[in-house]
Amino acid sequence: MLTRDQASAIFDKLRKYSSADEVELLVSSGRSALTRFANNTIHQNVSEESHALSLRVSIDPSSAKGGRTARASTNKIDDENLRRLAQTADTLVRMQQPDPELLPMPTPQEVAEAQVNGSGLVLRYIERTTRINPRDRAEAVARIVDVAKKNKLTSAGIYASSEFGEALFNSRGVSRWHEQTSAELSVTMLGETSSGWQKANAPDAADLEPREMAEVAAEKARRSANPRELEPGKYTVILEPSAVLDIVGFMFWDFSGSALLEQRSFLTHRLGCKLFGDNITVNDDVYHSLQTGAAFDGEGMTRQRLTLIDKGVVKELAYSRSAAKKMRQSELMSNVGSIGATGHGFRLPNEMGEAPLNIVFGAAPASESQAVDQMIASTDRGVLVTRLWYIREIDPYDKILTGMTRDGTFLVTDGKVQYGIRNLRFNESLLHMLRNVEALGQPARACGEESIDMVVPPMKVRAFNFTEATKF
Amino acid sequence: MRELASLALDTAKLRGASHAEARIVDERERALATKNGRIGNTSDSESLGIGIRVIADGSFGFAATDDMTREGVQGCADQAVQIAKASARVKKEDLLLVPEPSHVSDWASPCKIDPFSIPIEKNLDLLFAIDAEMRRVRGVTLAETSMNFRRCEQWFCSTEGSEIHQTFITTGAGYAAHAFAGAEIQKRSYPNSYGGQYQNRGYELIAELQLLDHAASIGEQAVALHSADQCPQGKFDVILASDQLSLQIHESIGHPIELDRVLGMEANFAGTSFLTLNKLRTLKYGSDLLNVVADATELHGPGLGTFAYDDEGVAAQCTPIISDGLFTGYLTSRDTAAAIGATRSGGCLRAEGWNRLPIVRMTNVSILPGESPLSLEQLIASTEHGILMETNRSWSIDDKRYNFQFSCEAGWEIVGGKRHRMLKNPSYSGITTEFWNSMDAICSRDEWTLWGTPNCGKGQPQQVMGTGHGAAPARFRNVTIGTAYKGTE
Repeated sequence: MLTRDQASAIFDKLRKYSSADEVELLVSSGRSALTRFANNTIHQNVSEESHALSLRVSIDPSSAKGGRTARASTNKIDDENLRRLAQTADTLVRMQQPDPELLPMPTPQEVAEAQVNGSGLVLRYIERTTRINPRDRAEAVARIVDVAKKNKLTSAGIYASSEFGEALFNSRGVSRWHEQTSAELSVTMLGETSSGWQKANAPDAADLEPREMAEVAAEKARRSANPRELEPGKYTVILEPSAVLDIVGFMFWDFSGSALLEQRSFLTHRLGCKLFGDNITVNDDVYHSLQTGAAFDGEGMTRQRLTLIDKGVVKELAYSRSAAKKMRQSELMSNVGSIGATGHGFRLPNEMGEAPLNIVFGAAPASESQAVDQMIASTDRGVLVTRLWYIREIDPYDKILTGMTRDGTFLVTDGKVQYGIRNLRFNESLLHMLRNVEALGQPARACGEESIDMVVPPMKVRAFNFTEATKF
Repeated sequence: MRELASLALDTAKLRGASHAEARIVDERERALATKNGRIGNTSDSESLGIGIRVIADGSFGFAATDDMTREGVQGCADQAVQIAKASARVKKEDLLLVPEPSHVSDWASPCKIDPFSIPIEKNLDLLFAIDAEMRRVRGVTLAETSMNFRRCEQWFCSTEGSEIHQTFITTGAGYAAHAFAGAEIQKRSYPNSYGGQYQNRGYELIAELQLLDHAASIGEQAVALHSADQCPQGKFDVILASDQLSLQIHESIGHPIELDRVLGMEANFAGTSFLTLNKLRTLKYGSDLLNVVADATELHGPGLGTFAYDDEGVAAQCTPIISDGLFTGYLTSRDTAAAIGATRSGGCLRAEGWNRLPIVRMTNVSILPGESPLSLEQLIASTEHGILMETNRSWSIDDKRYNFQFSCEAGWEIVGGKRHRMLKNPSYSGITTEFWNSMDAICSRDEWTLWGTPNCGKGQPQQVMGTGHGAAPARFRNVTIGTAYKGTE
């Protein structure tokens, strides 16, 4: 893996090789390994070491007619290829039309002005995670397979570990660095007629509990065996955290200044409105102890904490530098609250602008918070959902989503989990769903397959709309 | 490159591998995009590296690196063998590969005009012209265009003696008009949604797509959808345009026939399949009109699944998947074919790049056109009451590939054999085999298009792969319509 100094030395060379007015370099470098198992045996086992250099150059960035910018990337880091990278970027940029909205690259002062006071990042590079080897991963898999065999089930899943560093430099003096480790474990337990699932990740591999996760997945598979069919309709649902994050993740891309300016956000004409229930508060907070990722964006701007939703009311949006400038000049300016670069921009040039990527749900007051077991106990008739799958957007303004339940769906009656049910298709509006949250648990770091990892609570939601059932 | 590949194989053998394959991939991509009259993206990228797959102690190991020095490649091969030996700690039996003759070959996908030879200014001029044409339509609030090119050169060598050099050129382009009004966002795309049309061929595709010619009407349709009636709910006959049918094939035929899914190897992520082994040559998948092939050969056309050899050196083939409605074949690799007692792989093992282990993927999974002449207009004329749906807007299917629900960008109610009125928010749903058994007509060759799906995700770590799907408009009887909005009013 490249060090910060090595990345900086590459930037110095590229700065010399490029004839553009401004130069920005993103460096990512890392090692990753993944052991994959199915049918109680390891069937794929891979490792990778790679680097990527991504160079952006700009010319005439302060011109009244507008500047031009372009990007070239490579994984070849010898001198000859670095010269070629600079040449490619320089050639591309001169073929552009001037863009009056292009900003000069940020200065260290601009980045520093955006520094967030208070706590810095927690340590996200854990040495022991980097020492995990193929044998360690195989032993963890063996423990999971033991649980499967004990329960007469078959297991499938992954155990992955990685370390990576990312650096950003620009010719106006900005220099940022982030390094992180990650360990991830996902377990599916399969029976003849049912399945169960668990997934977790963390910077510290010691936070993962292979046997415990395998036991929970196995329990779900056993309890949902021989699932019965449930008539589709509106039901109270208890969504475990992975189910919550996979469905709500579809709306946060809309909490963006660019999305509003382009009228592709469901928040168009709705900012400041109470769209959700009083019990829904959502922040974007890269500094949260359960979050991961770098504290700077694609231009090196420091990420700010944002209150996206406060007690059901949409409050703040994410802004890149250019989106903030554009919003200040737009007719929407007086209706969108505070405007400023929030450190959520993607690397330039891009088509999306910016988005909050470190979602943290607010906790319910301790007296009102309910664990999943308490939610079950207080439910007369409802459905317990382990996870949701293949979620897609049906209606971008009403935020109607469709998808399936998967890997452990249960009928709850009279305060108890009764039996497994066949998987159901839902068509549900997030506006409707988040107005109907009856109870929240304590937020926890969760991961799924359809959305970014988040800190989310389990939720009990009334009148969740199931429209069809499948055959298993 | 061959020297480095040989070094990888020699090192792997020396460390104890009984079989080894080295795949060096050198790729270059260009992405251009505009958004509302501004540059959305202008970027070039390139990547070079080696992936080494070995069998040691009866198990697979894979390692990849972009350190293309002799030391880097030797270290990578050593790592692959170590990983294989660790895998062997949790195995049931030794891995078997069905035989494949060794091949020495040099092949390139068809390309008349190298897309990288076209000046970027020319491409941007075209995209800006399309963008302006869409935004000339009153009510269009967002116009997006894009053009993507890829050149991928690959060297594959194996300890069985194969030495295969392949070069692929991929071209893709498309655009979309969005219209926001009231409390609704509508969208129309051309020539398909999610980036348009993609094929393994050169810049000549761009001219054939006649992109600028359709821009104004796409903008007009996006706006017109706001005045259209909501798609009704209930049971209707449905005609799917070929763009939508291609995705229906991808999701409800292409994925369930992947043998690794059937064998449980994707159970943790992509899912399994309802097509258990007992269904081969016994399941009536669809009506007698349904004929589907998985065809990677050049004869099928320049699809994203066209090649000469797959990524474990198996020659491209055409496999009958569904014959006169009967399920007849899976997508296979050398190890999955061995697992079900087949004698040869179907040649479907593919990797996203040098740093990914090849896995079973679709090639060109296509429905064959009807043999009797039938145009889309004739099909509409023969439909008393139904709904024509065009261009995918959303797609979702369960993890065994039974229950699906699709939404399209636009629909038209057909009454008395004529397009009666435009419908907005059309959707349909069903169970895979029930749906395909309800197909009672399919248009002939003139209406057949080989579409490209550039964004198929599968595997852990996830890999994105391009697949091809030939489709002609087809009619399905008594389909459930409008479920997407049921209960959400």
